[in-house]
Amino acid sequence: MTVTAVKYTSDESQHTSIRWAISDTLTLARRNLLALFRIPTAVVFAMIQPVMFVLLFRYVFGGAIPIRGTTYVNYLVPGILVQTTIFGSVSTAIGLAEDLQRGLIERFKALPMARMAVLGGRTIADTARNVMVLIIITGVGFAVGFRPQGGFVDYIAACLVMLVFAYCLSWGFAFVGLAAPNSETAQAMTFPLIFPLTFASVIFVQLLRLPGWLRPFANNQPVSQTADAVRALMLGQPVGDSVWVSLLWSVALVAFLAPLAVNRFRRAA
Amino acid sequence: MSEFAVEATNIVRTFHDGSFRALDDVTLRVPTGEVFGLLGPNGSGKTTMVRILSTILSPTEGVATVAGFDVVKHPELVRRHIGLAGQFAAVDENLTGFENLRMVGFLNHMAKPHAITRSRELLAEFGLADFGNKLAKTYSGGMRRRLDLAAALVANPPILFLDEPTTGLDPQSRQDLWAIIEGLVEGGTTVLLTTQYLEEADRLCKQLVVLDHGKIIAEGTSSQLKSRLGNTVLVLTFGSTEHASVAAGLIADLSSKAPNVDGTVIELTVDSGPAAAADALRRIDASGTVLVGLQLREPSLDDVFLNLTGHKAEEPATTESGDTGGRRARRKAKV
Repeated sequence: MTVTAVKYTSDESQHTSIRWAISDTLTLARRNLLALFRIPTAVVFAMIQPVMFVLLFRYVFGGAIPIRGTTYVNYLVPGILVQTTIFGSVSTAIGLAEDLQRGLIERFKALPMARMAVLGGRTIADTARNVMVLIIITGVGFAVGFRPQGGFVDYIAACLVMLVFAYCLSWGFAFVGLAAPNSETAQAMTFPLIFPLTFASVIFVQLLRLPGWLRPFANNQPVSQTADAVRALMLGQPVGDSVWVSLLWSVALVAFLAPLAVNRFRRAA
Repeated sequence: MSEFAVEATNIVRTFHDGSFRALDDVTLRVPTGEVFGLLGPNGSGKTTMVRILSTILSPTEGVATVAGFDVVKHPELVRRHIGLAGQFAAVDENLTGFENLRMVGFLNHMAKPHAITRSRELLAEFGLADFGNKLAKTYSGGMRRRLDLAAALVANPPILFLDEPTTGLDPQSRQDLWAIIEGLVEGGTTVLLTTQYLEEADRLCKQLVVLDHGKIIAEGTSSQLKSRLGNTVLVLTFGSTEHASVAAGLIADLSSKAPNVDGTVIELTVDSGPAAAADALRRIDASGTVLVGLQLREPSLDDVFLNLTGHKAEEPATTESGDTGGRRARRKAKV
């Protein structure tokens, strides 16, 4: 027995333990994606909600929202994309709450795997899901008249900016999922966080249409900054420093939220 | 491996900033190659002990080694030597049985072909070969437990922790699981098992400790515990509570233990059931009290507790149907 143990310790150089941490993370990311496709309702809901938002704002509210400098659909679709990637974080919270509830996190903690892979695998799987949603909503956007003037490279850059932002923000939702007593509560807890961020923002209307008291928040909060960056890139408008501001927010958020989630994970189960 | 696969010394674990002592100075030694039982009702600290030994929780005080490694100083080495099957089958319902096992193989850092062969092997061994490609959510309770146990065995761990492996299972599934555990021990595995069932402890465990409110209240081999307790419980039911209390006085000297009178029912633990029953019948018949029922049964955990602590194991054994109520109760209990 002791002999085996000694062999193991000598095998685990820093290099191999990093390699294993990556391998564990991918194993769990793959597991989460497999599970996602096995629950068709979850996939359908993830897709239907943003599509409904596009149609609702394009055809119902859009006519009543004046926009300077471009058409409303061009203004709307980049915003909806940002909103959708942020909504994707809800599944980070629900997924971790379910794993905790089912005792899977306990099982993972007793395995000789990298513990961080549980959080890494979840957030990466949710990012992969966000990529799929971005592609689909882009398609829907084009179908209802979205015509971005920026180039293809700028479009990809815009997608990367919002994926990075959503990824960093999802660590906060990982914390929520681990702190909630069950997945239903986890889901309910995400809404009071997500609604002000996405609706008190420049996602659906320009800043000047918001009431004066709301503007300072709406203008400076990170979702608006990200929406500005994404919209400027996609529509070929002057980007200014919006991309950098969004990325800075991403770094700041992950630096604050990831330790919270990791600490919660250590104490969970 | 040394003589003891698991050694835990003076383990204390508190929750809620010290206001609740889940484990209070527990010391136990699990001999290598044996099945060791932690017997106790819900909330007695069994699961907390298993969590500490499997490096999920750290002890507030005390030292524990598993396979010779300190659970606090070298948890990563402990994890290479243990398998854990929890109280609620921790399988991913949205993966197939095969995918569940393969995932655990990968997380044990097994090479892909090895993880695949081992998963197929375990599915066959546990009677799940035909269901390997079915989603775990379609499995019955017994199948889930077997899959959960198989997942704990993927890396062939020399030490296995089983937290209430048969709670809520039907008798046949329970028998199946017992046979599997016995097979593992024949193969040299050390098993630490928690249970609420005296019958299970008696069948599987060479040595036992009985936990109550986080303290060890008895330890020894199962036959030692039984001889302290009496082998059989004689249950007599009377037509009225008056008759029951009269009869209790008449038969009290048939056992070294005092009879437990609950309404019209008397329970008495005795060494020899048939002889005590015959004696009791003669005396009751002569006294003119009206007996309406007589039963001999194996002592239960409740009887053990009644004898050792003077109180019953408070909570009845919960049945698991995979319902969220049970999971919630569990999560609440472990906070």
